[in-house]
Amino acid sequence: MLRYIIKRLLLLIPVLLGISLVVLILIDFTPGDPARMMLGAQASQEQVDALREELGLNDPLPVRYGRFLWGVVNGDFGTSLMTKRPVIDEMLERFPYTLTLVTIGTIFSVFLGIPIGIYAATRRHTWKDNAAIFFALIAVSMPSFWFALLLIRFFAVQLDWLPYAGVETWRGWVLPCGAMALGISALIARQVRSDMLEVLRQDYITTARAKGLSEQKVTYRHALKNAMIPVIMVIGGVFGSSLGGSLITEMIFSIPGLGQYIMTALNNRDYPVIQSGILIISTMFAIIILIVDVIFALVDPRIRSQYTKAKRKEGKQHGKQTEEAVEAA
Amino acid sequence: MENRRKKQSRLRDIWRQLKKSKLSVVALIVLCLIILVAILAPVLAPYHYAQQNAKLKNAPPSAQHLLGNDRLGRDILSRLIWGSRQSLQMGVLAVAIAAVVGILIGSVAGYYGGWVDNLSMRLLDIYQAIPMFLLSVSLAAIMGPSLKNAIIALGVGTVPGYARIMRASVLTVREKEYVEASRAINASNARIIFKHIVPNAIGPLIVQITMGVGSCILAGSALSYIGLGAQPPIPEWGAMIADARGVMRQYPTHALYPGICVMISVLACNLLGDGLRDALDPRLKN
Repeated sequence: MLRYIIKRLLLLIPVLLGISLVVLILIDFTPGDPARMMLGAQASQEQVDALREELGLNDPLPVRYGRFLWGVVNGDFGTSLMTKRPVIDEMLERFPYTLTLVTIGTIFSVFLGIPIGIYAATRRHTWKDNAAIFFALIAVSMPSFWFALLLIRFFAVQLDWLPYAGVETWRGWVLPCGAMALGISALIARQVRSDMLEVLRQDYITTARAKGLSEQKVTYRHALKNAMIPVIMVIGGVFGSSLGGSLITEMIFSIPGLGQYIMTALNNRDYPVIQSGILIISTMFAIIILIVDVIFALVDPRIRSQYTKAKRKEGKQHGKQTEEAVEAA
Repeated sequence: MENRRKKQSRLRDIWRQLKKSKLSVVALIVLCLIILVAILAPVLAPYHYAQQNAKLKNAPPSAQHLLGNDRLGRDILSRLIWGSRQSLQMGVLAVAIAAVVGILIGSVAGYYGGWVDNLSMRLLDIYQAIPMFLLSVSLAAIMGPSLKNAIIALGVGTVPGYARIMRASVLTVREKEYVEASRAINASNARIIFKHIVPNAIGPLIVQITMGVGSCILAGSALSYIGLGAQPPIPEWGAMIADARGVMRQYPTHALYPGICVMISVLACNLLGDGLRDALDPRLKN
């Protein structure tokens, strides 16, 4: 098991190297000169050139790449061109906001989505199932930023129950987390339903029923437990991708999180922030997926048995399954 | 001739299955209507999308302006109708880019296997390690805000999904007898891939493509909302919502309508995708 984790961590290294290279190349193609952005339009060309030299922008790509990597290895993720502060410090300040938003949002969704999914699956093809699944589909099809605006309009403006922006108090978190949870919970509900239906037609469910178990026990002890694996994969996937996708929610509710930070950096061509920001978010994303995979391997005897044989291929295949679940999300 | 008949019967088969679900048929009709509206926008829209009327700023609905006017006095209904073009373009073109590139990568990787497969899958790993929306936003922002760049960003951001599904599908087709037969008569690899592998492996992608259009419309509206899509005064549903933000308090309907348009289009794509999945699923065939 430990070998598996170490191997997955090692496999992560080339991926992260690749990401940082890709981002660097992208920034190279970016129109707009960061030095010019910093100095403003009235600065002379000599000043801009001098600053470019000072920032090392004129060095060839491999040199800059090497310098960036050397910095990362030494814990230096560069300095923001705009605020002149270390990127890692600024990101650490903002990370708790994004993490809170995404975590509470996901927890909301789990508690909403799983019961709805079970409810629908155990009433297959009745009007209740159809209604539940149709609402879930509507929720998936809604632009989340639009839903957030509607929430603000209704709960903050009309009823004046909750603040429309800012997260200084716990009340400020309710709307952003709710806006975030809608789409995710619907996604989870749909996944739970289809997996439950899949499991419910297995032979062991018939067996469980035949030996006289109550429908409750069949549903929760036998069906749900077996249906949870793809569901947890989806949850892990959306949790990870929300870390990078929470930027619109953060902007709407003025939450000073990572998404907003990167968005500002993108607009200002603050390339050290873009570079390190994408790298750090992607690393967290990858680590979350790894954790989900490890949890499975620990919990599910079927998967665990694959690793005790320490077969390389199967480990890889399993990693791919999670990726596919993420894509589906 | 033989080939054509086969293709037709396959399409008819899918249609027969699809027809069973009323919801899918409704979704298909709705999608066709939206496409029609987009094509006929100049004819259908009562006003030009940029035509302002200073007297009618934020005017309520009237007989001349069925959904009222926005903060610049522009007819909202006309803007919604014109906006369907931009939103639909985002969905369809972005998926077209993603699907074509994905099919190419997936079929080459799946067909050749070995190091080609390994290399392309590792490259996709890198790709997918960046959360998709973050990637699209970064690409769109780096290339500069415009509809074209937003479409490219969305398309490029969603390639890996298509490539992986295609590869998995190609792996099952690759070992079929007809592929071996065409290899036996010395057909070139390109011919085998494009004449035999791709047409037979593309089935599982159909559902992904249908739903992909929906999710690209959704993501595209989000990009436009943050100002990275269609630029004013060209209307786009997401951009219209952003535009209505300032008057949200007094005139919430300005933001309501474009959101409903996005929702209906995406919903139709998702319903059709669900229906197609059931129609293509051999286990559900009676």
